Amino acid sequence: MSYSAKVIDHYENPRNVGSFDQNEENVGTGMVGAPACGDVMKLQIRVGKDGVIEDARFKTYGCGSAIASSSLVTEWVKGKTMEEALAIKNAEIAEELALPPVKIHCSILAEDAIKAAVADYRKKHGENN
Amino acid sequence: MNLPIYLDYSATTPVDPRVTEKMLPYLTTHFGNPASRSHSFGWTAEAAVEKAREQVAGLVGADPKEIVWTSGATESDNLAIKGAAHFYGATKGKHLITVKTEHKAVLDTMREMERQGFRVTYLDVRENGLVDLETFRAALTPDTCLASVMLVNNEIGVIQPIAEMGALCREKGVIFHVDAAQATGKVAIDLKALPVDLMSFSAHKTYGPKGIGALYARRKPRVRLQAEMHGGGHERGFRSGTLPTHQIVGMGEAFAMAGEGMSAENARIARLRDRLLAGISGIEATHVNGDLNARIPHNLNVSFAYVEGESLMMAIKDLAVSSGSACTSASLEPSYVLRALGRSDELAHSSIRFTLGRFTTEAEIDYAISLLREKVGKLRAMSPLWEMAQAGVDLNTVQWAAH
Repeated sequence: MSYSAKVIDHYENPRNVGSFDQNEENVGTGMVGAPACGDVMKLQIRVGKDGVIEDARFKTYGCGSAIASSSLVTEWVKGKTMEEALAIKNAEIAEELALPPVKIHCSILAEDAIKAAVADYRKKHGENN
Repeated sequence: MNLPIYLDYSATTPVDPRVTEKMLPYLTTHFGNPASRSHSFGWTAEAAVEKAREQVAGLVGADPKEIVWTSGATESDNLAIKGAAHFYGATKGKHLITVKTEHKAVLDTMREMERQGFRVTYLDVRENGLVDLETFRAALTPDTCLASVMLVNNEIGVIQPIAEMGALCREKGVIFHVDAAQATGKVAIDLKALPVDLMSFSAHKTYGPKGIGALYARRKPRVRLQAEMHGGGHERGFRSGTLPTHQIVGMGEAFAMAGEGMSAENARIARLRDRLLAGISGIEATHVNGDLNARIPHNLNVSFAYVEGESLMMAIKDLAVSSGSACTSASLEPSYVLRALGRSDELAHSSIRFTLGRFTTEAEIDYAISLLREKVGKLRAMSPLWEMAQAGVDLNTVQWAAH
């Protein structure tokens, strides 16, 4: 498997690795995937009072493309409102990282992680999805 | 030290320079067709082919007349299984036995035999990768025609008890085929004593060239095969096709060298493997896959829990190794061999196969250990599974959203 330069860059210098306290009021946590499938992503967002995502963190168990996809979305969601973050589509992630067809599921997982993190935040705040 | 470091000797080996040297004249000066009977070009080539046949037979205690040249172990497996099943199927019965951890060359051939109307039993292995002899005995039925079991497993390096299995086959009149592609030069093989009827060999796993292999077919008692490749009737009709003299010379030389150096080489490689194992054991939550005793010293297959194999391979790209994680292929299924050991999918996804060989050095092993320690640590710091495990969460109790 040969990786694109962008995947290698995100893999070797992952952005925003780490965790927030998931019990914090303004943190939304999304965990998607399964160990049996070979990838699990945890994406966390910290949302400001104005509804804008101030910061994001990830941890990923998975191949290089999965790590790169999650690293990339932590950069992309920052500064966006939750609505804007939800508009990020897997095709954009796949295109940005030049993922080959067998790795498209990594970008789908990253999109799902955003949805799960936003849903968790909204649930904490009694909002409807 | 040259990077990357090659630790994938079970995938293939370099041709030993002494072997290459012997091969070269047969591409140029001695280019004759060994089947040409009317001039010295042919006679010279034929003499070289017959010398190589003696060398291959010599390594495994066979008579040279029992060695048939093929293109490699895959073809040998095909010829053995299809050839014997087609010859004996109508009289002995249409049942075949193999093991779930066999190489695809055997498993896929068995699938083809199923399409041709044979019934195939795929035996489970124990947690250590070995076949249970009672399970094997119980699978033999009056209509069993052939059983096929590999001597050394390509992924986990375990050595199956083929002498005992062969004895059971003899009792029941079942043809016994053994794929020994990963065994030559690593395990002593004496076909005078072993109750094995057919055995597959490959040159390129034993410091010979790719594209050449052999099938041992016992003469006493004689095993009959239906030819699968038709043509000029080469190799006593077992396998037609002009013999590649230079490849054959290479295989002969490589096998002769393997026999001479085997015990010293195995001892040296065992020391390196123990060094690697000791170094890896210093990393938390690692598991060796497959039995450590009934195993060639060349192989170490390890699962690094909570780290995915493909990303680990990417992190240790200075090491040429292979992974049981199938994330590299279109399928998301991890290694079927590790699954057959009952390893969880997660541990199967986290496995790396290290295979050592003739040119592996202590400095390379030490480099590998320090690289693994650093990179496994880095990837675990990035792994949500490691974080959960550290927090005391039992990952088996988590409801995962499978995708």
